[in-house]
Amino acid sequence: MSIFLDKNSRVIVQGITGAEGSYHADRMVKYGTNLVGGVTPGKGGQTTPHGLPVFDTVKEAVEATGATHTCIFVPPPFAADALYEAYEAGITFAVCITEGVPVHDTLKVVGTTAGMRIIGPNCPGLISPGKALVGIMPGHIFKEGRVGVMSRSGTLTYEVVDLLTREGFGQSTCVGVGGDPIIGTTFVECLREFKNDPQTGALVLCGEIGGSDEEDAAAFIAEHLPEMPVVAFVGGRNAPAGKSLGHAGAIISGNFGTAQSKIAAFQAAGVPVADRPSDIPRLLAQRLAVRA
Amino acid sequence: MNLMEYQGKELFKRAGIAVPRGEHALTSDAVARFIEDNPGEWVVKAQVLMGGRGKAGKIKMAGDAAQGRRVAEEILATPMPPNRQNPQGEPIKSLLVEEKLDIAKEAYCAVAIDRAARKPVFIVSRYGGMDIEEVSERHPESISKFPVDTAIGYSPFIGRELAFAAQLDPGFRKQFPAIAGALYELFFRYGAKLVEINPLALTTDGRVVASDAKVELDDDALFKNPEFAQWHAVLPLDEDETLAARAGVGIRNFRRFPGDVGTMANGAGLAMATMDAVSNAGGQIANFLDVGGGANAQRVRNCYELVVNNTGATVFFINIFGGITRGDEVARGVVEAMRETTSRKIPLVIRLTGTNEEEGRRILADAGMTPVETMDEGASEAVRLAAEKRG
Repeated sequence: MSIFLDKNSRVIVQGITGAEGSYHADRMVKYGTNLVGGVTPGKGGQTTPHGLPVFDTVKEAVEATGATHTCIFVPPPFAADALYEAYEAGITFAVCITEGVPVHDTLKVVGTTAGMRIIGPNCPGLISPGKALVGIMPGHIFKEGRVGVMSRSGTLTYEVVDLLTREGFGQSTCVGVGGDPIIGTTFVECLREFKNDPQTGALVLCGEIGGSDEEDAAAFIAEHLPEMPVVAFVGGRNAPAGKSLGHAGAIISGNFGTAQSKIAAFQAAGVPVADRPSDIPRLLAQRLAVRA
Repeated sequence: MNLMEYQGKELFKRAGIAVPRGEHALTSDAVARFIEDNPGEWVVKAQVLMGGRGKAGKIKMAGDAAQGRRVAEEILATPMPPNRQNPQGEPIKSLLVEEKLDIAKEAYCAVAIDRAARKPVFIVSRYGGMDIEEVSERHPESISKFPVDTAIGYSPFIGRELAFAAQLDPGFRKQFPAIAGALYELFFRYGAKLVEINPLALTTDGRVVASDAKVELDDDALFKNPEFAQWHAVLPLDEDETLAARAGVGIRNFRRFPGDVGTMANGAGLAMATMDAVSNAGGQIANFLDVGGGANAQRVRNCYELVVNNTGATVFFINIFGGITRGDEVARGVVEAMRETTSRKIPLVIRLTGTNEEEGRRILADAGMTPVETMDEGASEAVRLAAEKRG
């Protein structure tokens, strides 16, 4: 098993003929993702270099291929439209890579597309190692295994996964939930899925300043996953108040959203917090030893 | 981007929210001329983004043109003094002349984004005219919230419910649902992250008027309203954002601090973790910098110069995790950037890992640079070099 994505998931790419879309579609195919086609309005009837069909609309793509998953590479002004199109066509799982989507667009989309899971926007996507990759993650650093990983950032996730893989901890699914203030899938929603996944036997959660997703995750872990070995990391301990750091969502408002508050919440939930990413494998090994 | 009061009130007017009659003025002459033409009691208010104008003496009354000229000159004479949030203070470049309201009651109404609920949320209190943070400390029970279902949008029952729940003075009740609806509309129409009326005034003659306006627009939505570019031009510059834009990185991707260890990483999360690593190693950070994806020579050079020329960095720690970005390309970029830059040279500590890392490290070593293998190692080395420089 794994969460959200496996080797049978039928995936399309919206924006498949663009520079980003075609480059990453190629990587997804090479990783083994069951990519069944793509969409670029006006280019219906063409085929990609892999021989994948290109459609004018998501509806046509879904009818022809039975796709359930989509990966969206379109510029920010068109991201909401792409998500609505996917929803109306019956897609149930959408990954939105686009950075810079207006926050109101995201608010409206997440509030009106019940039944379609959205990852992102402003995210690297997700991977179930050894099975499938949807997004822009570098597949070769991942290894199939039992650790579920969730993170608000891209390269920090790769850093952490690389450390895990080198120490022999493979991963079940790694989800980059995205760096925006409003995202389709939060840590708590990932945790609900990981809880029911037989492959997942431990969790690593990489949070950062801003919002309250980490605090909510800590409360969920304390209540629903008390037996699960979990290790957390929180980036931005040295961040100033009132200024976004790179991610639109990484912002401290007054005393709200600080790293200190998140670290305290994890500690209160019995979740060890790594001072540095390189401590994560050791803390995880300790937690697994305690459980064993 | 935060708007000035007069800009916010312009949006309120367009949305149909009553604001005091008034005029935006750039000079004391203009203030005097306006009052000359419109005799009566007027309030002259400094237009700045900082709070605390009243206490700083930057809001004054004027009963005639001569007095209007005098108070305008007084206000414009000195900048807003620094406070805790704004240690720089703020220059005063314009004024708003407004009718003096006879206020019977003051309330608070805002629409903001509730991140946890993933909905726009109304926040209403019967206490207005003070910071909402202060209200939430002193009168937490007075604050009523209503997260709006975006699939339904605003409906007047929300305004009625809020007015009752917040126990607004009965004088507000009839007009409040329409004002709340207009505020919600404005919030979406202009892509705001926050619209706040504080205070929302009930006048002795029964009008409900937005006595102040605070609007924060979403930088990512500015493309929807090209006219805001003009408004942006009159706002006090955030220097870090300006420098970032000039260097060709996103405006959120650069932030300066007082220390001497310059940092750069690819990706915001890694860049934050890099700052934390420097701090863990006992160093003082000079900056946050996310170089973004695809760190080619031009980009690396721009970023190097951005840090070297604008911060107190005496050493530059580059932390690259090559995922899609290839290590050899980044290494070539760094070598080329350092060869071409005309800015002063400071020592580099380069941590390069991921795809093609061996090749990348070889390129750096051939160019006489010393790559390190881990983030912790790089942070320690950078902190050691900075300490050496301090002597």
